[in-house]
Amino acid sequence: MTFNWDLVWSSFGPIIGGAVTGTIPLTLASFALGLALALLVALLRLSPNRALSGVARFYVSVIRGTPLLVQLFVIFYGLPSLGVKLEPWPSAIIAFSLNVGGYAAEVIRAAILSVPKGQWEAGHTIGMSRPQTLVRIILPQAARVSVPPLSNTFISLVKDTSLASLILVTELFRNAQQIAAFSQEFMILYLESASVYWLICLVLSTGQSALERRLDRYVAH
Amino acid sequence: MSPTDTSNTSQAGPGLVLSARDLAKAFGSNVVLRGIDIDVLRGQVVALIGPSGSGKTTVLRSLNGLEVPDAGTVTFGDADAGTVRGSGAGLTLDFAGPVGQREIAALRDRSAMVFQHYNLFPHMTVLKNIIEGPVQVQKRPRAEVVAEAERLLARVGLEDKRDAYPFELSGGQQQRVGIVRALALKPQLLLFDEPTSALDPELVGEVLGVIKELADEGWTMVIVTHELAFARQVADEVIFMDGGVVVERGPAAEVLREPREERTKQFVKRLQHDV
Repeated sequence: MTFNWDLVWSSFGPIIGGAVTGTIPLTLASFALGLALALLVALLRLSPNRALSGVARFYVSVIRGTPLLVQLFVIFYGLPSLGVKLEPWPSAIIAFSLNVGGYAAEVIRAAILSVPKGQWEAGHTIGMSRPQTLVRIILPQAARVSVPPLSNTFISLVKDTSLASLILVTELFRNAQQIAAFSQEFMILYLESASVYWLICLVLSTGQSALERRLDRYVAH
Repeated sequence: MSPTDTSNTSQAGPGLVLSARDLAKAFGSNVVLRGIDIDVLRGQVVALIGPSGSGKTTVLRSLNGLEVPDAGTVTFGDADAGTVRGSGAGLTLDFAGPVGQREIAALRDRSAMVFQHYNLFPHMTVLKNIIEGPVQVQKRPRAEVVAEAERLLARVGLEDKRDAYPFELSGGQQQRVGIVRALALKPQLLLFDEPTSALDPELVGEVLGVIKELADEGWTMVIVTHELAFARQVADEVIFMDGGVVVERGPAAEVLREPREERTKQFVKRLQHDV
């Protein structure tokens, strides 16, 4: 068997292109929306109101208890039967955001709970309201705790976006699949796409370490 | 640093800063306060002593709204008692009825708390810890607050620590920052919750020294403490609590040297033996 180096080089462009115009923006948009959703869900979960925390608990349970691929298909292939027809991109962003929202909510909730009660009290005693204490005192400390687990969620999301190829989103893996089908060089194309995912995740891991170092500057070592 | 030059001029005159009546509180079936009365006069230092579980910390926390009593009233100030934050008007909270966030906030407007475990904000420098309340809550001009904070830091011997993070400080230094954070709020009343209990013995003195100076300058304070020698030195009035009631109260020298009640005698004797 001869190794098709020409194909390696010529497919590199479309695969990187898929990462830049598909995988990366899809990941960033979904993670940003997902995090915002997660914060909201975490706060609902922590609310003394039983109905609100019940809703949040139910949401987290459904998201974590069902496959991401099924969630994607429900939104893209399922919703049209209810008259809601969404394009591939919005479908993917909604599905991934909802997914991140469910997982990250638990991370954020645990991080908020890990901040000592005395910090809430200190905030209150200098006159801060609950929301003010949350934003200025509690969340900055919770952020430090939640960086490692949220980085996991982020890195998983990068790889999970490959599932969007199944609802026709043009991203890294869909480009690889098309070239593979055309050239019949499955091994080359799939290994190549694997290495690009890996590369992205390596960069993210480096970023995670830098962020952790930055947030650790006020902690004794 | 003295209360008279923090624009809290009314503190110099005689009069009642705080008056609490019939405070009652239960946590579930555990009754912690069974009707507590406290009066604090302007410039007075009141020490709350008693065995653990006696309810003294709960009383203190009730005065700052960190606990909400089930019943009783807390009245702050009289007509001429103005704070930087609050209006000049007095304030009465009746805990028998529902008490809203706004009323609790008004309570916190008038007092500031120093915690046993300091509770400094670990993600902020010393300076940020101190100016957070005055700038973010009281909306005072930042430059003025920073200057004031630096003056207060110098006063407690920590001027070189303004840009340090709390973890870089010893317990005694952290507690002095905790005290400065409370002072920066320019409260009518300072509340201390066992301010030296978490400290190594050799660091206790530096914190008590600062508190004593504040007392000498005329700050009005309520202190929960186990340091009887200190209470005798600093407090005008000592209140001995046990089982959620006030067992004995009176001038510090009397209560601590010649207690009338048997329970007080035993407590004072036990603590002095420990020393």
